[in-house]
Formats: sequence, structure tokens, C-alpha cells
Amino acid sequence: MKDKKWIVLGLVVFFGLLLFPLAWNMLVKAAPAPEVVLTKKAKAAKQCVMPKEYMTSEHMQLLDLWRHSVVRNAKREYVNPEGKKFDMSLSNTCLDCHSNKEQFCDRCHNYASVRPYCWDCHIDNPKGEE
Amino acid sequence: MKSSRRRFMKLAGAAALGLGAQPVIKAVAPASEESPQPVIRKGSNALPAEQWAMVIDTRRFHSAKDLEPLIEACHKIHNVPHLTNKNHEIKWIWETHYHNAFPGNPNPYQSEEVEHRPFMVLCNHCENPPCVRACPTKATFKRESDGIVLMDFHRCIGCRFCMAACPYGSRSFNFRDPRPFIEETNPKFPTRMKGVVEKCNFCAERLAVGQKPACVEASNGAIVFGDLKDPHSEVRELLRENFTIRRKQNLGTEPSVYYIV
Ligand code: HEC
Ligand code: HEC
Ligand code: HEC
Repeated sequence: MKDKKWIVLGLVVFFGLLLFPLAWNMLVKAAPAPEVVLTKKAKAAKQCVMPKEYMTSEHMQLLDLWRHSVVRNAKREYVNPEGKKFDMSLSNTCLDCHSNKEQFCDRCHNYASVRPYCWDCHIDNPKGEE
Repeated sequence: MKSSRRRFMKLAGAAALGLGAQPVIKAVAPASEESPQPVIRKGSNALPAEQWAMVIDTRRFHSAKDLEPLIEACHKIHNVPHLTNKNHEIKWIWETHYHNAFPGNPNPYQSEEVEHRPFMVLCNHCENPPCVRACPTKATFKRESDGIVLMDFHRCIGCRFCMAACPYGSRSFNFRDPRPFIEETNPKFPTRMKGVVEKCNFCAERLAVGQKPACVEASNGAIVFGDLKDPHSEVRELLRENFTIRRKQNLGTEPSVYYIV
């Protein structure tokens, strides 16, 4: 067993590398989630289309449902559980309240590294602000 | 161990009964209090039809100039780019010559006046659309609710099979990013992007809010729009009272655009 010390050294290096990511995560804090800014209009409305938790986690599914209903089923009106009516439109409804796309959608998406391709076609600044 | 089989059968029987009882219990027990669900529906102004159709009175158009405002109205609200290169051109409505609109073996000595009229052509929203059969992703589909042949741009992969399948050349392909070629963008309607096919949508977005298509509105009554399946509609009345022709009718696509000549 002449090679014992090499074997032990090898194991130490191996486990060191293996456990390094875990240790790193414990020592270094993740970048904090960005603050999204609500426009005056959104603040006045108080509530989004659906409750906030649902919007934060499920807005992509909601948008998918909207586009499917509008384009394929010819249904364009959405009535939320509170009875409020919405025209199911990305640019004309979501961006009507969230007209500050850079400080709202983009901020969050940049953080999460998501790049929706919707804006290749949908107008991202329908009100022509700034 | 004689009793073990007996016990097993009993148990199995009881379990089966329990499973079978579940739907009964569900039906009898009071419905659990469900939170209200969102509702998805048509707007109250939406115009209904089984099959939208268009009747174009070609007698009312005398030169290509007469069609310009109609084309302009359509292309403006739908953000159709103006590309001058013929190979890249995008068109939803355009003007064409009689012989291109209605090819075949024309009779000799025909009315010159008719032959020289400008013919407005667009997607025919066929009752039997070949483009729909050609589309591998079902991006192009015939909408059950009103018979419009629509495109779901979100699904288009740009294979252009539909363009090959369409006998009317109603479809255009975006070889370039269209945005720089849109003079005045309508913020209410999306543009398209490089790599997708596009065509006339019979103004589905206007019908949904109770408006007739833009070209119909701009035509001063020369184009009539309505439900082909409603015997009392204005289009059916016009079809009854006038001789009409359709494009390449012998192909069996059943166009929904009729021309009074
Ligand atoms: C009537 C105005 C209004 C409309 C229309 C609207 N929103 Fe909102 N949205 C709000 C408000 C107000 C909040 C903040 C809710 C809260 O804090 O309780 C919000 C919150 C959100 C959030 C969560 C943000 C976070 O901090 O986690 C998302 C995501 C979102 N909206 C996306 C959308 C999308 C997508 C649409 C279109 C389908 C849309 N919104 C349409 C007003 C609106
Ligand atoms: C609270 C942060 C947050 C806000 C605010 C937010 N998003 Fe998102 N969005 C996300 C995350 C995270 C994903 C990716 C989810 C995933 O991949 O499962 C996403 C995904 C999407 C997708 C799907 C993209 C894809 O490629 O699948 C769309 C579309 C989208 N968001 C639209 C919007 C719009 C429009 C707004 C502004 C009105 C908005 N989002 C605001 C966090 C946010
Ligand atoms: C190739 C161009 C294109 C792309 C890319 C695209 N859309 Fe669309 N979208 C359209 C067109 C055209 C319509 C039809 C508009 C109408 O009929 O009013 C539409 C309709 C919609 C509608 C319903 C009507 C409206 O005004 O918004 C929603 C919601 C929608 N798209 C969401 C999305 C989302 C979310 C994405 C990105 C994940 C996306 N779209 C990407 C072209 C596109």
C-alpha cells in the first residue's frame, strides 16, 4: 500500500470539486430579484387580471390561453372572477396597464434570462410613450 | 391455508364495491364550494355568421385608382409593409387584370369594358381550402365558428406549402423583416416577422367588435359582406338578383368571394 497517500489526496480533491458548488451557494448570496415598477394606471387599478401570485407564476399560461382563444376560437372577452371584463390582447391590455415594459416585463425577464419573441410582431410600446 | 383465498375474495369484493360507490357519493354529496372561475366569451357586439362571404360589384370600379383607397385602408390597419421589390412584395388585397383573375379560355369578342375593369382580388376564404390541408402545423385553419380561413401566426414555421397549395396566389411570404417598410404602424394590430406567411384575414379582429371589413367600409357600397348561409342576408339577395362568377371555380375550392360582372 505504497500509494495510500496519493489515493487519499485524490479523494480529497475529488470530493472537494464535487462539493464546491454546494459550498459556493452557501457562502455567496444569489442576486436579489429585481423590483418591478407599477405604472400610475396599474396602481390605480390595484389588481391585475388575476391575483398577483397567479400572475407572477402563471402569466405565460394565461397569455397562451388568451392567444388561443382569440385567434382560434374567436373569443376575445375575458371576465375575471371579480367580474371585471378584459379584451384579451397582449399589446392593448397587458401593456395598457404595464406600459413601462422596460421596468416591468423586461426587468424580470432579464433577471430570469427569458426572451419572449412576442415583440417581433406585437407592438411593445403601443402608446408611443417617451 | 384454506380460508386465505376466501378472505382474499371478500376483501377484493368489498374494495370493488367501494370504488363503484365513489361516483354515487360524489353525485349525492353537496358540491364543494368552488371559487368563481374566469369566463372566456365573445364580445357582445361580435357579428355572427356561419360562412362569411363577399360580393364585389365590379361594375362600380372603372380604373385601378378606384381600388386604391380600399387597398390602402386594408394595408394600413393591418400593418402590411410596402416593399417595392416584386419578389418580396406583401399583399392582402391587390388589383389585377381580368385575364389573371379569371384565367381559362375566354370567349372571343368579349365586352372590352368588362375586360378592362380592375378586379380586386384577395384570399377567397374557400369553403374547401387547399392551403389548410397543406399546412403541416395547422397554423392555417378554417374557423368553425364563421368559416374564415385564418392564420395562427404563432404556429407558422414558414414552410410555404400553403403558398404552393393556394391556386389564387393569395399568400405572401416575409422574406425580410417587414417593420422598416411599414410607413405608419397601427399600434392596435401586431406586425409580422421575417419567416412567416401572411394573407387577408377577412378582418376577423373587426368582426369581433361589430365592424365590417375595412375594404367593405371603404367601398361605398360596391362590396357587400354577409352570411352566405343565411337566405335572407344581403349577399344572398345580391347573388339571387345578379349573375356572379368566382375565381377558378372548376378547382372545387368553393371561394366565398363573388364577382358581379
Ligand atoms: C388593470 C390593469 C392591469 C392589467 C390590464 C394587467 N395588469 Fe398585471 N398587474 C397590475 C397590478 C396593479 C399589479 C400588482 C398587483 C399587486 O401587487 O397585487 C400587476 C401585477 C402583475 C404581475 C406580477 C408582478 C410581480 O411583482 O410579481 C405580472 C407578472 C403581471 N401583472 C403581468 C400582466 C400580464 C401578462 C397582463 C396581461 C395579460 C397584465 N399583467 C395585465 C395591473 C394590471
Ligand atoms: C415577476 C417576474 C415577471 C414579470 C413581472 C413578468 N414576467 Fe414574464 N416570465 C417570467 C418568468 C420567470 C418566465 C419564464 C418562465 C418559464 O420559463 O417557465 C416568464 C415567461 C414569460 C413568457 C413566456 C416566454 C417563453 O418564451 O416561453 C411570456 C410570453 C411572458 N413572460 C410575458 C410577460 C409580459 C408580457 C410581462 C409584462 C406585462 C411579463 N411577462 C412580466 C417572469 C416575469
Ligand atoms: C409572427 C408574429 C407574431 C408573434 C411572434 C407573436 N404574435 Fe401574437 N399575434 C399575432 C397576430 C397577427 C395576432 C392576431 C391579432 C388579432 O387578430 O387581433 C396575434 C394575437 C395574439 C393575441 C390575442 C390578440 C392580441 O391583440 O394580443 C395574444 C394574447 C398573443 N398574440 C400573444 C402572443 C404572445 C404571448 C407571443 C409571444 C410568446 C406572441 N403573441 C407572438 C402575431 C404574432
